[in-house]
Amino acid sequence: MYAQLVETGVKRLRSLEEMGPEERAFQERVDAGIRIEPKDWMPEAYRKTLIRQISQHAHSEIVGMLPEGNWITRAPTLKRKAILLAKVQDEAGHGLYLYSAAETLNVSRDQMFADLHSGKAKYSSIFNYPTLTWADIGAIGWLVDGSAIINQIPICRCSYGPYARAMVRICKEESFHQRQGFDIMRELCRGTAAQKAMAQDALNRWWWPSIMMHGPRDEASTNSAQSMQWKIKLFSNDELRQKFIDQTVPQAEYLGLTLPDPKLRWNEALEHYDYGEPDWEEFWSVLNGNGPCNRERLRARVKAYEEGEWVREAALAHAAKQAARKAAKVA
Amino acid sequence: MNKTEWPLWEIFIRSQHGLAHKHVGSLHAADAEMAMHNARDVYTRRNEGVSLWVVRSSDITASSPGEKDLMFEPANNKVYRHPTFYEVPEEVKHI
Repeated sequence: MYAQLVETGVKRLRSLEEMGPEERAFQERVDAGIRIEPKDWMPEAYRKTLIRQISQHAHSEIVGMLPEGNWITRAPTLKRKAILLAKVQDEAGHGLYLYSAAETLNVSRDQMFADLHSGKAKYSSIFNYPTLTWADIGAIGWLVDGSAIINQIPICRCSYGPYARAMVRICKEESFHQRQGFDIMRELCRGTAAQKAMAQDALNRWWWPSIMMHGPRDEASTNSAQSMQWKIKLFSNDELRQKFIDQTVPQAEYLGLTLPDPKLRWNEALEHYDYGEPDWEEFWSVLNGNGPCNRERLRARVKAYEEGEWVREAALAHAAKQAARKAAKVA
Repeated sequence: MNKTEWPLWEIFIRSQHGLAHKHVGSLHAADAEMAMHNARDVYTRRNEGVSLWVVRSSDITASSPGEKDLMFEPANNKVYRHPTFYEVPEEVKHI
């Protein structure tokens, strides 16, 4: 999930009877499946939670360009390079759709950037892992974008109109991302023994972080109940994780790769795969800033922002000059 | 942090199928020319359209959701504006 652990600031769910008239009308609209739009009345906690969730999601798209950008200049062929460029450009686009959606909630883009750069705002834990080989680009598309799709499709139906509409665009584009990743893995698996070993190594390193992308276990996910009442989250972390595992295991079997989980087996009675417990200590540690690449990722973002400052100022100065010239001509 | 943000622009695209321009989202740009370039990169990476409009968000006047009933209710009680309101005898054709 691109938005993990979104704080709602709410300790306990309130029933309709406990709500004031405005909040009750709001909740009844959400329950009836009517979209909330920017100018509609909304509880302050809903607005703030959405800002956290959408901006976290947007930051994930933007920071997510870094691990993949690492391989653009070293892609093995021109075809792969063109595909990877298009994919990374899509991620930038997804970030921009989402920042725009968040801005409808009265937060400025600069404020969101400032929160990312100061470490106040989070982004998905997955992007704090390094991309060591070309196979990592395959594993990211296949597993990370695969996880993202499972998480994002339900958000197309979430209660906040601008967020839902941004997700529709994103989901349409995301399937290319997953397929190009699987295609990289497939080619490596059909290649030399060394190439197949490289694919297996990438899978070994990316499997558990991908599983953890869906967020903590349901019982440890303290903000889910409120987010579900507001319909900005539609399925629980464990439900989405299970779905991801169930659909990915046969794909790994097709590739002839082994998933690095000895407890993974088909459960005939439940018609789902049983799986082992991820290392949650690692998850919390990465989320709290201590993953292998957290500092490097933030440093790269801050550097890009600061070094772009003169460009932003120059563009504004140019626009002002042009506007003044035009006004003078009219006068 | 930047003292001034680039202004916000709303982006409209006309698809290839001859329909009217449709709102697709927004973006920041210093001026109209840049908004046009950015809109092409952000919103038309997959043949989404054949024509783009960019409009400064601050130039749009929107109806208020609070006045929704006042604005749109009058249309609801004029059922005679719809063709289905009228009874057409079965033997009468092409009407």
